[in-house]
Amino acid sequence: MFKESDIVLSAKHIVKQFPASGGRTLTACNDVNLNVYKGKTLGIVGESGCGKSTFVRMVISLDKPTSGEILYHGKNLSNLSKKETWLNRQNMQMVFQDPLASFDPKMKIVDILTEPLINYGKLKRSEKEAKARELLKMVELPGDFVDRYPHNMSGGQRQRISIARALSLEPEILVCDEATSALDVSVQESVIQLLVRLQKEKNISMLFICHDLALIRSFAHQIAVMYLGNIVEVIPGEDVAEKSLHPYTQALLGAQFSIHMDQNKKIESIESEAPSPLDVPHGCPFQNRCEHCMEKCKTIRPVLTEVESGHEVACHYVTEK
Amino acid sequence: MKKVLRIFKENKQFTLFFILGLVVIGVAIFAPQLSPYDPLDAVMTESLQEPSSAHPFGTDKLGRDLLSRVIFGTRTSLIMTLCLVAVIFVIGTFLGVIAGYFGGIVDAVIMRIADMMISFPGLVLAIAIAGMLGPNLVNAVISIAAVSWTKYARLARSMVLKVKKSLYIEAAVVNGTKTWKILLVHVLPNMVTQMVVTAAADIGTMMLELASLSFLGFGATAPTPEWGLMLNEGRTYMAKAPWLMIYPGIAIVICVVVFNMLGDSIRDVLDPRQD
Repeated sequence: MFKESDIVLSAKHIVKQFPASGGRTLTACNDVNLNVYKGKTLGIVGESGCGKSTFVRMVISLDKPTSGEILYHGKNLSNLSKKETWLNRQNMQMVFQDPLASFDPKMKIVDILTEPLINYGKLKRSEKEAKARELLKMVELPGDFVDRYPHNMSGGQRQRISIARALSLEPEILVCDEATSALDVSVQESVIQLLVRLQKEKNISMLFICHDLALIRSFAHQIAVMYLGNIVEVIPGEDVAEKSLHPYTQALLGAQFSIHMDQNKKIESIESEAPSPLDVPHGCPFQNRCEHCMEKCKTIRPVLTEVESGHEVACHYVTEK
Repeated sequence: MKKVLRIFKENKQFTLFFILGLVVIGVAIFAPQLSPYDPLDAVMTESLQEPSSAHPFGTDKLGRDLLSRVIFGTRTSLIMTLCLVAVIFVIGTFLGVIAGYFGGIVDAVIMRIADMMISFPGLVLAIAIAGMLGPNLVNAVISIAAVSWTKYARLARSMVLKVKKSLYIEAAVVNGTKTWKILLVHVLPNMVTQMVVTAAADIGTMMLELASLSFLGFGATAPTPEWGLMLNEGRTYMAKAPWLMIYPGIAIVICVVVFNMLGDSIRDVLDPRQD
């Protein structure tokens, strides 16, 4: 299912550190290795503050990694010149978490939708409205929306506009940073359906950040679970419920609410807080919250090891068992 | 059109001072038609005459009609003030936007220069600059502009810092928008309202500063009809001919009050919180 030759984007040993007060450093991403495949969706799940957003900011060249490289078809993104970075932005577009905040409040939908194309000289000003209507149609919105302002629309409509804008340049990779978490549950589903349909039509690779494991496993081909800047498990989306091995992934699954859940069964929440990224422990990042914690976990950091095709886990307990 | 009418109806204070502002501007434009005499026409036989039906505001020491001079003074004051506000608005905003958006060394250099300017008492520095350049109207505008742009630069900078953090700027970068276009299309329109409000409220103050400079002899030069200068000329005859100071003084007070109140009510009308 995942072939080497289909890799569109690959992150190799990405480390991102920020200087913090008192001469400390905040480690947002710690040796992240991920591959994005052509036409497939890679979901990244994790708690708030685990470095998901930092990682995608580096992918779309808004930040540079402290070390490591992000290769897009073999080209290292941090080595590109200003002009090349600008040209490369056409290949990667982003849908933001809060659609309203990602639109200029003084702009109409027609200008918002066509801005990317005009930036790259791919659209004449006279054809603006026609193109905007075409894009609206693509995301199943009425063409009359061209004259509206974003604050006159509902959350789901705004997110559709956001998707239409991101896809106007026909990018190869679409990055969605919690694109559905600001939406109502009923709207979430239709937005996801839209994304999946567009992905199939245009063969786009998606990088989808989410903290809802149940939502993401419904459409992601691959799920990467992130904890405190580390990828702890990479698993095919459909296997997450049955085959996940890492204690953290299982804890996330256990903390999931569901309509079909057993009312008498206790909802398992994870004990204690995640350690501060200012003070990352030696060894396994999950050690203080893990019930299987061993001596080895406190000294040696586990690395991702393949347990099955397309399924990697970073856990001493799992690999030794 | 209906929308404009509604704004006027809903904001009585704004409407009142807007009309008064238009009257002041009208006086400046139609000065030649409104004034009974030539403001520069000296009739020595009629010097220092008391206000009468022939000369409602009296005459000055050279026998020039004071009413005509006050009316023409509106022209000088208004043109100078508007030029001054336009200059500091453009320069201050430009420098502030650059400093705020690019940050780093550009920011440091521009803002340290601004700090330097602020650490002097404004009018004293303006007098020093005007003194160096020589007294005339253009130099008065330049010298006050040199000390007043900092306010706009600081305001623009702080606004840009706020706008810069917003997600739509980031989205624009991801969309491949070039920096200059981000500044023009995304940053400026989202801060210009506040800047305009400040500028409108500043017209009165600036008018006063220009008049002060003229009064001190660093602005308008004789025989230009200018209120500050007229006050200075009348100073010597204060006991004998008080109308020489009263009428230009009243003119300054009226103008400053009208434009201050206009600026205030524009702030109410354009209140950015309503956006």
